[in-house]
Amino acid sequence: MAFINFLKPKNQLEEGGRTAAPVHEDAGEPEKTCPNCHKAIPLSRLWANHLVCPCGHHFRMKARQRLAMIADKGSFRELFRQVKAGNPLDFPGYAEKIDTVRTASGEEEAVICGTAEVDGQSCCLFAMEPYFMMGSMGSAVGEKITRLFEYATEHRLPVIGFTVSGGARMQEGLLSLMQMAKTSAAVKRHSDAGLLYVAVLTDPTTGGVTASFAMEADIILAEPGATVGFAGARVIEQTTRKSLPKGFQTAEFVLQHGFVDTIVPRAGQKQMLAEILRLHNGG
Amino acid sequence: MTQTPYSKVKLARENTRPTGLDYISNLFQGFLELHGDRRFGDDTAIVGGIARLNGTPVTVIAIEKGHTAKERSYRNFGAPNPEGYRKALRLMKQAEKFGRPVICFIDTSGAYCGIGAEERGQGQAIAENLMEMSILCVPIVSVLIGEGGSGGALALAVADRVFMLENAVYSVISPEGCASILWKDAAKADAAAASLKLTAQDARNLGVIEGIISEENLGRQPFYQNLRNLLWDQLEELSADPDLVGKRYDRFRRIGTSGLQG
Repeated sequence: MAFINFLKPKNQLEEGGRTAAPVHEDAGEPEKTCPNCHKAIPLSRLWANHLVCPCGHHFRMKARQRLAMIADKGSFRELFRQVKAGNPLDFPGYAEKIDTVRTASGEEEAVICGTAEVDGQSCCLFAMEPYFMMGSMGSAVGEKITRLFEYATEHRLPVIGFTVSGGARMQEGLLSLMQMAKTSAAVKRHSDAGLLYVAVLTDPTTGGVTASFAMEADIILAEPGATVGFAGARVIEQTTRKSLPKGFQTAEFVLQHGFVDTIVPRAGQKQMLAEILRLHNGG
Repeated sequence: MTQTPYSKVKLARENTRPTGLDYISNLFQGFLELHGDRRFGDDTAIVGGIARLNGTPVTVIAIEKGHTAKERSYRNFGAPNPEGYRKALRLMKQAEKFGRPVICFIDTSGAYCGIGAEERGQGQAIAENLMEMSILCVPIVSVLIGEGGSGGALALAVADRVFMLENAVYSVISPEGCASILWKDAAKADAAAASLKLTAQDARNLGVIEGIISEENLGRQPFYQNLRNLLWDQLEELSADPDLVGKRYDRFRRIGTSGLQG
């Protein structure tokens, strides 16, 4: 009697329906509903588990939380924080948008760069910020990434980078596009100096960032379930008029096609990154 | 008649404009086409090979859109797949080995948005070109002859000198795409085209290109003769430069820095 289910409210369906968070009037603790298992998880529990649901779903994470998760306590020193976007094209609404996003995110730009120690080993570290225009790359992001790789080359340090990006920032037009070439050239110089670069692709890593420094690392890790791709799924559907295969552009799909080295859940990332650093220090 | 940015976009897309193969056959002698990326296949959207410019061997790479419906379909409307970019890189490395300069002609709405393109690493293919072109030890000159669509165009434009035809456009996203994302209305493409600063004049003002090529006599011999002279002069200058790769790095290094704070 499947049609009977149709008449039930959606949150009573066992599977598939997007269930609303159950209301616990006496619980009082804030919860977040997991888009994967649809269960409401107390925030404190998520926090204790690096924002990973017990079902394995990785929630988006702010850049500073990532840095705190990876860098040894108190070791992170931020670099180039003063580098900020202007509105080089006088793009309508961009200046206002940036102001709003700065206030809401508490960050000046969509990437945070610096030096840190990971399990006692020095490195350069960057993390992109999903809550700043979805990590889009404009001139300031490109400049900060470029400066970080130049700094790492000069000081002979490895680079670890967490990517999350919707792509190039269209409000800076061609100047954003050129950041792909600029960052790639800096990554190449760092690489040719014999230095290590490890990228960790997180949800979503797409567009101009995928087509530049995200895919240029010596070792590319990805978070479970992260969207990793170049073109947007909707654009591909419209262009090809084909339905997309299951799991298209997930980290697992990209691993299967040979474009990432391995998938690492958040809980194991620091340990794996530390081990990769040790493997490249002749240790 | 004054062209608006969006009317230039439409003009740049006209199928009556000379395409990559027209430039190859009119500018060079004895084009020897070389196919395939040695990895997966041969992309018909990118044509490459060796030819002579005023008698000197050069490597030529062109995105080809085709003119007729049949040609355009065969060329995937000038939207390259990863194997196209990998073929281009193979030919550039070959050019480096034999000391030949590289000339690229760019005309694409963008790298192909397809399932297979994603499966075969469209992003990785473009990224690798950006890295490898940044250190290629022979001169690279790129000419945008029609549409310069985003990363798919840039993957052949990490060059020492970049030129645009006067009605070519170069943009991070199509005006239609920009309008539909930002303003949820593809019909505002006109406004988006103006805001994106995608004309040749804009690109020159932003320091992204070295020069604009007049379209007077477009597709006729005087036009090609002028372009041949321009390319020849560029290659002569670049071939004599002992710090070619360093200057290429600086060329891209400074783009976009003037508007930054800090």
